[in-house]
Amino acid sequence: MDNVIRRRTPAARLGRLTLYAVLILAALFYLLPLAVMLITSVKPLSEISAGTLLALPQAPTLEPWAKAWGEACTGMRCEGVGGYFFNSIAIVVPAVLISTVIGALNGYALTKWRFKGSELVFALMLFGCFIPFQVVLLPMAQTLGWLGLSSSRAGLILVHVVFGIAFTTLFFRNFYVAVPTELVSAAKLDGAGFFRIFWRILLPVSAPIIVVSVIWQFTQIWNDFLFGVAFSAHDTQPVTVALNNLVNTSTGVREYNVDMAAAMIAALPTLVVYVLAGKYFVRGLTAGSVKG
Amino acid sequence: MSTVSSSTRTSRVAVGRPARARLQAWLPRLVLSPSIAISLFFVYGFMLWTFILSLTNSRMLPSYDFVGFAQYGRLMVNERWWVASTNLVVFGALFVGICLVVGALLAILLDQRIRQEGALRTLYLYPMALSFIVTGVVWKWLLNPSLGIQAMVRSWGFESFTFDWLINPDMAVYTLVIAAVWQASGFVMALFLAGLRGIDDSIIKAAQLDGASLPRIYLRVVIPCLRPVVFSAVMILAHIAIKSFDLVVALTGGGPGYASDLPATFMYAHAFTRAQIGLGSASAMLMLGGVLAILIPYLYSELRSRKHG
Repeated sequence: MDNVIRRRTPAARLGRLTLYAVLILAALFYLLPLAVMLITSVKPLSEISAGTLLALPQAPTLEPWAKAWGEACTGMRCEGVGGYFFNSIAIVVPAVLISTVIGALNGYALTKWRFKGSELVFALMLFGCFIPFQVVLLPMAQTLGWLGLSSSRAGLILVHVVFGIAFTTLFFRNFYVAVPTELVSAAKLDGAGFFRIFWRILLPVSAPIIVVSVIWQFTQIWNDFLFGVAFSAHDTQPVTVALNNLVNTSTGVREYNVDMAAAMIAALPTLVVYVLAGKYFVRGLTAGSVKG
Repeated sequence: MSTVSSSTRTSRVAVGRPARARLQAWLPRLVLSPSIAISLFFVYGFMLWTFILSLTNSRMLPSYDFVGFAQYGRLMVNERWWVASTNLVVFGALFVGICLVVGALLAILLDQRIRQEGALRTLYLYPMALSFIVTGVVWKWLLNPSLGIQAMVRSWGFESFTFDWLINPDMAVYTLVIAAVWQASGFVMALFLAGLRGIDDSIIKAAQLDGASLPRIYLRVVIPCLRPVVFSAVMILAHIAIKSFDLVVALTGGGPGYASDLPATFMYAHAFTRAQIGLGSASAMLMLGGVLAILIPYLYSELRSRKHG
C-alpha cells in the first residue's frame, strides 16, 4: 500500500494517535505480568502485604532471588530451585542435540534419497507431532521401568528425544526440500556417498534451520512440565516441576516474592533465547503452518 | 525392486564395488530405520497399548482383565469427566475465538506502517517463550483477590470492586482463558502479520481505486485472503487447548474442587494419583479422538488444496 495518499487532516492525525494508543495499551497488557513478576521478586515481604501490585519497591532486595535459588522449600526439601535448574540443563542439552542430529539426517534422507514409501514414512512420523501426550504416558512409564530408566535424567532425555524427532524431522525435511537437488545428483554421479554429500553439501547451508530446530527443542523441553512431573523423582526433577512444587508448598508463610523470583529463574533461559534469536523462534513456531 | 531408478544409477557408478554400492543404496533407509522403529513403538504402539489398558479394569497397576468398554461407560456417567469436557469446550471456544480476534486486530493495526513495529512485535510475542507453569504462577498472583488486581483497584478508591474469579467455582475456568490468551495471542498476531505481508498489493490497490474505504477493504478483501492462516491458527490453538495441562495445574490446580478441571488434568489425576489406570486410559483415548476430529479435516483439506493448487 505504498501509494496511499497521506492526508494530514486533523481527523487523520487523530486516527493515527488512536492507533498508537491502542498498540501501546496492548503492549502494556503483555508487559504487565512480567513487570509485576520482576517488581514483586525484589520487594521485601512486608512491602507486599502493605502495598499494591505495581507499587515500586521502597527497599529493593535480591534476597528473594537468593532464597528461591538456594533455600526455598519445594515439597519436602528446602534447597531452592538451583539444583533443579541444573537438572533442566542436564536434560535439555543432550535431548536437543540428539534430536536435532537425528532430525537433520532424517530430513536429508527423506528429501535427497527418496525411495518408494519415503513420503509414507514422513507422514507416519509426522503424526507424532499431533498426538496428545496423555495417550503415551502410561506405557512410557512402564517402558522406562523395564529399561531401568524410571525417574532418571537419562529417561527424561530419552522421552524428549523420542517425541522431539517428529518436529525436528519436519523442520529439516521442509528446509531440505527447497535445497536444489542438482548438486546432490552430481555428487552422487561422482560416487560421493550418503554421509559425504550430507557433510559437504547439505550441512554448510543448514545453519538457519539448525538454529530454528535447536531453539524450538530448547524451549519445548525447558518448558515441559507433563513429562517432567510424570517421569521424575525428587532429585531429577526439571525446574518447571520444582517451581510448581515451590509455589504449592503450603508450610509456613507464603512468600510471594520468593515465588516470583523462582518463576523468573525458570523463565529466564527461554526469555534470553527469545530476545537474542526472536526471528528464529517465530520461524520455528510458524514452520509448516504458513505456506510460502 | 523398490528403487529401480536410483539403484541403476548407483550400479553404473560403482561397478566393481557392488557391496559398497548396495550399502549406499540402503543407507538412507538404514538411517531412517531407528526413527521409524521409534515412531512405530513409542507413538503407534503406545496408542494401541493405552487403548488396550482402557479395556481393562487396571487400577493401581496395569492388569489385563478385560472388561470391554466398561471404563468408557464409567466415564460417561462420571460427573467430573463431564465438568472437564464442558470446561474444555468453553475454554477452547473462548481461547481460540479471542486469540483470533486479538491476533488479527493487532496484526492489522501493526500493518499500518508503525514506527517501532519490531519492538512492539517482540513485546506481543514474548509470552509464547514462557512455560505455561510460569504463566500460571504469575497470573495466580495477579488474580489473587487479597493481594492482586482486586486489591490494587480497591486501593484506588473503588472499594466494592470484585475480581475473584480464581476462587469462584463458576468463573475459575475463565481465568484459564485470560492467561492462555495472554500467552498465545501474540503468536496469532505473528501468523496474521506474516499472512498480511504475503498478500498481493495489487488487489488492495484495485479496491482502493474502486473507492472502497480502509475498513471495508480489510473486511471484504484482505481477511478472506487470510483464510488459510485462520485455518492453521485455529488448528494450532485448538491443539494447545486440548493439551492444556500445565496451565491448569499452576493456575487453578483444577479447583476450586474440580471446577476448572480439563480432560488433560482429569487423565493425569486418575492415571497417576487416584490409581484408576483403566479410567485414565479411557479418558486419554477420548482426548486422542478429539485431536483426530480436528486433525483429519485439516489434513484432508491440506492435501486437497495441494493437489488442486
